[in-house]
Amino acid sequence: MNKLDEFTKGIIKENPIFVIMLGLCPTLAVSTKAIYGIGMGAAVIFVLTGSNVIISLIKNFIPDKVRIPSYIVVIATFVTTVDYFMKAYTPELHKALGIFIPLIVVNCIILGRAEAFASKNSVIDSFLDGVGMGVGFTLALTLIATIREILGAGTITLKLLNYGWVFEIKNFNPMIIMILPPGAFITIGLLLGFFNSLKTKKE
Amino acid sequence: MYRISVSPHIHSKDNIATIMWTVVIALIPALLASIYFFGPRAFWLEMASVITAVVTEAISQKLLGRKITIYDGSAVITGLLVAFNMPPNVPFYVPIVATFFAIGIVKQLFGGLGYNIFNPALAGRVFVMFAWLPAMTTWNQPLDPKWLANFSLFKFNIDTVTTATPLAIVKAKGTSELISQFGTKINLYKDLFIGKCGGCIGETSALAILIGALFLFARRIISWHIPLSYIGTVFILTFISGQDPIFHLLAGGLFLGAFFMATDYVTTPVTKKGMIIFGIGCGLITVLLRLKGGPPEGVSFSILFMNALSPLIDRLVKQKVFGVKK
Amino acid sequence: MQHYLIIIISAAFINNFVLSRFLGLCPFIGVSKRLDSALGMGMAVIFVLTLASIITYIINQYLLLPYNLEFLRTVSFILVIATLVQFVEMVIQKTSPPLYDALGIYLPLITTNCAVLGAAFLNINEKFNLLESAVNGFGAGVGFTIALIFMASIREKLEVAKIPENFKGAPITFIIAGILSLIFLCFKGIIAE
Repeated sequence: MNKLDEFTKGIIKENPIFVIMLGLCPTLAVSTKAIYGIGMGAAVIFVLTGSNVIISLIKNFIPDKVRIPSYIVVIATFVTTVDYFMKAYTPELHKALGIFIPLIVVNCIILGRAEAFASKNSVIDSFLDGVGMGVGFTLALTLIATIREILGAGTITLKLLNYGWVFEIKNFNPMIIMILPPGAFITIGLLLGFFNSLKTKKE
Repeated sequence: MYRISVSPHIHSKDNIATIMWTVVIALIPALLASIYFFGPRAFWLEMASVITAVVTEAISQKLLGRKITIYDGSAVITGLLVAFNMPPNVPFYVPIVATFFAIGIVKQLFGGLGYNIFNPALAGRVFVMFAWLPAMTTWNQPLDPKWLANFSLFKFNIDTVTTATPLAIVKAKGTSELISQFGTKINLYKDLFIGKCGGCIGETSALAILIGALFLFARRIISWHIPLSYIGTVFILTFISGQDPIFHLLAGGLFLGAFFMATDYVTTPVTKKGMIIFGIGCGLITVLLRLKGGPPEGVSFSILFMNALSPLIDRLVKQKVFGVKK
Repeated sequence: MQHYLIIIISAAFINNFVLSRFLGLCPFIGVSKRLDSALGMGMAVIFVLTLASIITYIINQYLLLPYNLEFLRTVSFILVIATLVQFVEMVIQKTSPPLYDALGIYLPLITTNCAVLGAAFLNINEKFNLLESAVNGFGAGVGFTIALIFMASIREKLEVAKIPENFKGAPITFIIAGILSLIFLCFKGIIAE
């Protein structure tokens, strides 16, 4: 696979959320505002890429028996870093994402990629894989968040630390339930069905 | 898997249509009552729901490559039941969205008639309740002359006096306040029985619902197991907790739920024993929600909760019936 | 006593871990196809959740806080949970091989079940003491199991339903979860905290 493919596969063909279906917990919990999707996505890109690279670098030095715990330690280190970083520099986002920031450590995407890819491929490929998967995750997450926010609050929030915009739909009585848990489940259920139908149409 | 055929256990298409349209007829008294108490707007809410139901069913069946069965009357029933669960002054998009959700998602996506797990009308009602909570929890006085005077298809919001439902009054201010609002206790019972109180347009008149239910019993469409165990449980539990059981029977959507929604073949247990368990469970949860806070009316949630439990009830009861331990 | 009952009911119904907090979704979608494996998974999760809540509390209280090592919380918690799950796996393999086979890959996956780590963090957020943490973990497991049982019995019944091909499997499962979540919302108003 050439380098471009490594990167793009994570966006559509092997999209972590819609195709492989990993990392669902933060996806549903956090997708109430577009900016939250972007924020969580950025954190995941950082952790995924960082851990992929490090694990690929040290893959030949880890004894096989302790490889899973050592992956976990690497991932956890990156997660703790991004957690404290967000706490210091983007407190509002940190509060909104809550426990799902430290929970990135059990996000199956990351451990999954470490085990399935980074432990077996070169550093450059692992880097691209991490970025691609992370971007795919971010796009999917932000899509869900935008849908939920539009229907559930009538807004699109792309504002962080006083930079950005908040779009508002006028004269719209929003369906609050979309930003509540049922709305999350129903949105992703319908989207998954829709994307499946796109896939079968292609074949 | 024990299931060989799918409910309703009916063997010819004509039977399904006959049953469904009979239920529609049974709903007519409540329909008339809703128009009597809340004016022509109630009728238009019901029309909007029924039309949405039928159109949604036709479109989804077309998209899913199924036969179009809108003439069997089941969509009409769902449309009417959704409308009956609406407050009188609710914006028209509310029952439309509720019905769309009910037929499109809760019924057709799960496989169509006979396969749905949840009662579509109730799921639709609960969905819009949390989508537009203020609109779904504002009720108006019945028999207000403004209902007739201000009617116009294009004036969607009619300016009548708002009121609280009897259940809400009891919860907020106690039974004595409620009785003083109606005059005497007997007056309260009388008004609740006829339907002269605040509430959703189809649920207020216990009398109208009873007439329809008796018709269904006479036609052998529904059996007594679920309504009796449901209502009986509510009666006993409210009596034990020191509440007024007759009031609880007549207030809220209990009769509508117990006779018309908890008796839906598809979403309730198949065996008689299972039905009784279902009814008791509904009663338990309804009383729990009514007494311990939560939503204004517990009937919808209790039935949906027990819908979710029905597959399990069927499995457990059937195992015992055949004496086979898995 | 009532205080602990409230914690359990809160974790199991009012803020159900799966249907309200979105914790434990991967096994919820993955193991909910058959009732018997759902039950087995549920029992395992209750056990792990309760034990993990206790152990992470102890680590936090007696190791991390006194020595200002809070930044090691994520790493230490997840390593403890991974070890605990290994241990539970060994026990189940010895005592009930059929259950071990039935659960298959989902048993080690309890490690990455966000419910376990999530409960640990939530216990700290709520400032629960040892007993409260254990009870909360237990209640969370019970709630998870209840949701799983609902889902499994419904999915078993839907085996014969004419669900459109594109929606079979995960999509319809999410929609069922959505309706269950809708129903569980009714418990929100019950106990005013």
